[in-house]
Amino acid sequence: MSDGATDTKRAGGTAFWVVGAILLLVMPLLNVLPPEDSWFHLSDFSLNRFGKFLAFGILALGLDLIWGYTGILSLGQGVFFGLGAYCMSMHMMLTIGKESVYGSEMPDFMVWNQVKELPLFWKPFYSFPMAVIGAILVPMLFALIFGFFAFRSRIKGVYFAIITQALALVAWLVFNRNDTNLGGTNGLTDFKQIIGYRLSEPGTQRVLYVITVLCLGASYLFCQWIIRSRAGRVLVAVRDSEKRVVFSGYTPANYKLFVFVVAAALAGLAGMLYAPQVGIITPAQIGVLPSLEMVIWVAVGGRASLAGAVLGAVSVNYGRSVLTNYFPELWPFILGGLFVLVVLLFPDGLIGMMRKGKGLLRQKKSGEEKPIVPNQKLAVPEGKR
Amino acid sequence: MMIVLGRTVAVLSFLLVMFSGQPQSIAGEGIEQTLGQITSEDESVRDAAVRSLIEQGDVSLVPRLEEIRADASRSIRQTIKPLIDLLKNRGKLASPDSDVRRSAATDLGTSGKPVAIQWLNAAAANEQNKWVRYTMEESAALLKLTSDDPSIKIAAIEKLGELRSENGVPAMKVLVEAGAGAEATESQKRVATAAVASIKDIVTWGAWSNAIETVFRGISLSSILLIMSLGLAIVFGLMGVINMAHGELMMVGAYATFMTQEAFKAFLPSTMFDSYFLTALPVAFLAAAGFGLLLEATVIRFLYGRPLETMLATWGVSLVLMQAARVYFGDLTSVVAPAWLSGGQQVLVGVYLPYNRIFIIGLSIVCVLGIYYALFKSNLGLRVRAVTQNRNMSACLGIPTRKVDSYTFAFGSGLAGIAGWALTLIGNVDPGLGQNYIVDSFMVVVTGGVGKLAGTIVASLGIGGLNKLIEPGFGAVYGKVLILVMVILFLQWKPSGLFAMKGRNAD
Repeated sequence: MSDGATDTKRAGGTAFWVVGAILLLVMPLLNVLPPEDSWFHLSDFSLNRFGKFLAFGILALGLDLIWGYTGILSLGQGVFFGLGAYCMSMHMMLTIGKESVYGSEMPDFMVWNQVKELPLFWKPFYSFPMAVIGAILVPMLFALIFGFFAFRSRIKGVYFAIITQALALVAWLVFNRNDTNLGGTNGLTDFKQIIGYRLSEPGTQRVLYVITVLCLGASYLFCQWIIRSRAGRVLVAVRDSEKRVVFSGYTPANYKLFVFVVAAALAGLAGMLYAPQVGIITPAQIGVLPSLEMVIWVAVGGRASLAGAVLGAVSVNYGRSVLTNYFPELWPFILGGLFVLVVLLFPDGLIGMMRKGKGLLRQKKSGEEKPIVPNQKLAVPEGKR
Repeated sequence: MMIVLGRTVAVLSFLLVMFSGQPQSIAGEGIEQTLGQITSEDESVRDAAVRSLIEQGDVSLVPRLEEIRADASRSIRQTIKPLIDLLKNRGKLASPDSDVRRSAATDLGTSGKPVAIQWLNAAAANEQNKWVRYTMEESAALLKLTSDDPSIKIAAIEKLGELRSENGVPAMKVLVEAGAGAEATESQKRVATAAVASIKDIVTWGAWSNAIETVFRGISLSSILLIMSLGLAIVFGLMGVINMAHGELMMVGAYATFMTQEAFKAFLPSTMFDSYFLTALPVAFLAAAGFGLLLEATVIRFLYGRPLETMLATWGVSLVLMQAARVYFGDLTSVVAPAWLSGGQQVLVGVYLPYNRIFIIGLSIVCVLGIYYALFKSNLGLRVRAVTQNRNMSACLGIPTRKVDSYTFAFGSGLAGIAGWALTLIGNVDPGLGQNYIVDSFMVVVTGGVGKLAGTIVASLGIGGLNKLIEPGFGAVYGKVLILVMVILFLQWKPSGLFAMKGRNAD
């Protein structure tokens, strides 16, 4: 069975390196080299914002693996993103030290809430390596436990989507609490430095940008490797007909759990890169609505296409940041309209449209390799037949 | 009818009291004299006058006293004020409105004037309303607690214990402390023992009444969840589609109610205002059903067999509807509950059931019965059940499955409209109305399973009940966490819900 990956294998090679070079070299150079009033100059703000979008791109890759390739709709990716972001933010909170508003070693909000002693679970985050490991391991562990119970009892389809949505709601509620010592509604913010570098310096932000691009590239290659492996074939098979996978002697639950955990790790990595670049993480970024928006990134970019996922994350977020600036009241209409339009009219997303636009010859070929869209007939819930 | 009769009786008795009181106060030459004395500069004369007025006077003196008070000095005003209050409350004890009688009795109970005991006793003897009588007796007993005679005190304490009066607890605790002191007299100790026993009774009852109220709140939340989930569950059973815009269809129902109210305000005489609420029921149902029909025809129809995509698309619709409501209606709009649904009924001591909650519980029962009838007795219901069981076979037998789908979807949406109509009773009408309960009702559908209404009923009772049961101990947030964990563990045991459809299936 062929999938979207075959296409990327051929065309993706050069495109990957070209786009990678632009992101990694040209963008930072445009930020550094041209004088500020030049047409080619990329402001610090734009570069920083773009870094944030690319961090979202990493998350979108994970979501694409689980939804686009395996056909499991997770409406709780925001939770894993949040776990990663909070792990990193906790480290940065602790490195603020005496620079905080109250001049205490403790984070400001704890002083405010009259917490006298640093809670035990904050202690490991004094160390930077622990924070980095935690930002990826904590979401993985969480996904492992949650996924184990979910997939073991064969919760799937709509059921899984609803359970993960409830997870997002619950996580949002818990992070909003003050007694969990995670900053409550205001979240964690006011970071000053990361491993000794000031976050307010453009140089630090440039390095963070470059690190984000490198992580994105590595994640991309990692996801591509998974998809092209035998396991990746099984994932696509699970999407198209789980029953046949079972009858062929595989255990879909294990593959699903694997891909769910990988997606959580990528979401955690994205959160970890997001926090220092944006400088704040609040529960508002991890609730039900943000988690759903993440799905729409992938849908807009093009499901079952890794490049599409990244493209979708960047373009939707770019559109958002431009439009909420000029027409804040319109954004919910546009977002809602996007949900409907993409699902109804452009199931292949931007990538699908680009492929269609590539001329007749190409179009014919990609027509043969269509199963990028989940096979419609087979996607009927199995209880219905 | 009964109420009207009761009111007439109350008014008549009020008039009787008025007339029997009137000649007495006018005839009493002494009273005129004391009224003159009340403005006296001499404090002792003034106090004596007040005392005698309290004993002899009644509500007919109030206008006179007000007159005197209006142009009296500050210290005299302060003397007269409690007198007026006392006499007013005494007058209110005979008011035709039971709420007024009750609050007057409560005020007298906390006034600390033992003279009111006889008034309360007299009023209680003629009182028809059980709860007003209860308050009168409670207030009388509270006043008796201040008596110097230990036997009266003990009798009052026992009475309060018998009445399960929460209000008596603070005063009795003072008596317990007095009895526990080292230099307590024998009689104080006896009073204290009686008070301890009464307090224990009252606290035990308090726990019971709390439990009853918790159960009631649980049932009330369950019935809201049930009305919401029924439409969701029927559509899910039939088409395998979860409508994420269900909450917003509820919102449509709520705004339809709001607009009906506004229309009644604008175009109809105010005497008809209270009937707006019942008129709004079909309006809300039809408005939501219309939106549902439109949603089905423009979006869902094209996504058959792709449940996940349907979820996303309907979520998009919900975003648009929410924002549209926010732009058009603004954030704060609310519906005034009709008079016959405001207030509540006290059923036991400390157990107060608001009418709107009782109404919602009743509504959910009616909805369930209606749906049972529609599904199992009507022609459409037969087709719905057939398509739910086996879509292809039904199509072969000539059932227009697409039509059945769209009617059912409209019907489910209409139910959401009814849920929105009911929710206007317990909260504001705002664009986020649908979001408050929607995730919970998704959980109900998942837990309840597909295709059997019983599953939805049991699941909403379970989730709603557990919610309220856990809340006092863990708080609302951790209660939700716990419920999510329970649902996941429950699905370990029954992966497709409580009442799964039986059939040949590879899973």
